[in-house]
Amino acid sequence: MRMLINVPETVVADALRGMAAAHPELTVDVENRVIVRRDAPVAGKVALVSGGGSGHEPLHGGFVGPGMLAAACPGEVFTSPVPDQMVRAAAAVDSGAGVLFVVKNYTGDVLNFDMAAELAEDEGIRIAKVLVDDDVAVTDSLYTAGRRGTGATLFVEKIAGAAAEEGQPLERVEAIARQVNESSRSFGVALSACTTPAKGSPTFDLPPGELELGIGIHGEPGRERRPMMTSGEIADVAVHAVLEDLEPRNPVLVLVNGMGATPLLELYGFNAEVQRVLAARGVAVARTLVGNYVTSLDMAGASVTLCQIDEELLRLWDAPVRTPGLRWGM
Amino acid sequence: MLDADFFRRWMTATAASVDREAERLTALDSPIGDADHGSNLQRGFAAVTATVEKEAPGTPGGVLTLAGRQLISTVGGASGPLYGTLLRRTGKALGDDAEVSEEQLAQALRAGVEAVMALGGAAPGDKTMIDALVPAVDALSDGFGPARAAAEQGARATTPLQARKGRASYLGERSIGHQDPGATSAALLVAGLAEAAGE
Repeated sequence: MRMLINVPETVVADALRGMAAAHPELTVDVENRVIVRRDAPVAGKVALVSGGGSGHEPLHGGFVGPGMLAAACPGEVFTSPVPDQMVRAAAAVDSGAGVLFVVKNYTGDVLNFDMAAELAEDEGIRIAKVLVDDDVAVTDSLYTAGRRGTGATLFVEKIAGAAAEEGQPLERVEAIARQVNESSRSFGVALSACTTPAKGSPTFDLPPGELELGIGIHGEPGRERRPMMTSGEIADVAVHAVLEDLEPRNPVLVLVNGMGATPLLELYGFNAEVQRVLAARGVAVARTLVGNYVTSLDMAGASVTLCQIDEELLRLWDAPVRTPGLRWGM
Repeated sequence: MLDADFFRRWMTATAASVDREAERLTALDSPIGDADHGSNLQRGFAAVTATVEKEAPGTPGGVLTLAGRQLISTVGGASGPLYGTLLRRTGKALGDDAEVSEEQLAQALRAGVEAVMALGGAAPGDKTMIDALVPAVDALSDGFGPARAAAEQGARATTPLQARKGRASYLGERSIGHQDPGATSAALLVAGLAEAAGE
């Protein structure tokens, strides 16, 4: 194992100390693992709080700041945070206008946020929740845990965050977040497994010349293994999988997301292929974001997320945002 | 009759076996999960033993509710709320009695397991901790030893199943052929009970 760490036990705390040093515009509570925008609570405004396992950076801590999250709670690597963190975060950012929890659909995240919502409401904080479940690789039925929450988390946090920044009420911010989730679908591909600090070796064995289709963001293998394909062939599979489920009549937001170890040279090339497939299918593209945003440690690979938008969602997407991981307009 | 000391021994014995088996749990979690089950439970049960020693609750119910709360506050993931709820609800069902009978424990544990099933939405056969816990509770009327054997058998029996809950469920048919790490750790918890009883 070659990792730029001290010991596995302190990986998250060490990262938070470094993040604090790099971003004085955030308040980073290393001991309690809560990252808060420095000016919180912002009077009269709804606060977005998200969180999840570490190892997906910049998600979520890197999305804290004006126009996006008010606070984030990082858990252990690939492990959801504990309710105490969310309650502490909610108390730190609530101005009285209420708090929206943005929760990715993974059993651990759902259970811990549910418990946190109960505890925070006991403290008199109004809580709303939105569940992100955009991953079409997982067939949703009564007999599964449902679809995973992956790339659409960024769309939900950015767009609902902009609505909160405008001073829209909790019910409205929640409704917008829900609309974004319902309008979004993702599909991911792994070219290598990732290595968690605790385990120290790849989470699954992927021989050279093969790839995993339909992966999540926790190093779990995908639904299917196939011989290596070209960027264009992968774009065909990924975009078609998304469009099989989402038939957008409006233009879409496109997120071509790197899993952590795939360079921008490859991601931009992959985006060219994604745009080719979308054009061939007659899907109009409003905005495109390319980069490593919802990562899986050092996994190589990429995911494609599409979100069908209307005028209001596009306006909120374009609204200014200032966070370590996403910044424009201010 | 079983007193608070018995329940502290249960927690200590479980913490020790989780510590010993952490690498195995993580290895089981690797092909179908995200390779952290061992380290997460290790962290949680270490915190549990420290807390129940330090705060020394005087009743069986007190030991288990405190242990459950501690797991929720330290483990994270799905294991934290699920194991935390199991112990908390079992503890609450035991009430304030200074000593409880084996029969009371069996009933309380059944209430705890039902709370876990309600929280996680899992049923027997879904390839989860429930597959070890339900047979263990059923066997508890025969004694701690049979409960341990039933839990271990239940954990092994998860191997051919397809996961329908938790992270392994995302793999679909590829989850078949691997023993469930949650059922395996649940068997350790039941084994800790037998160990505390000197069996």
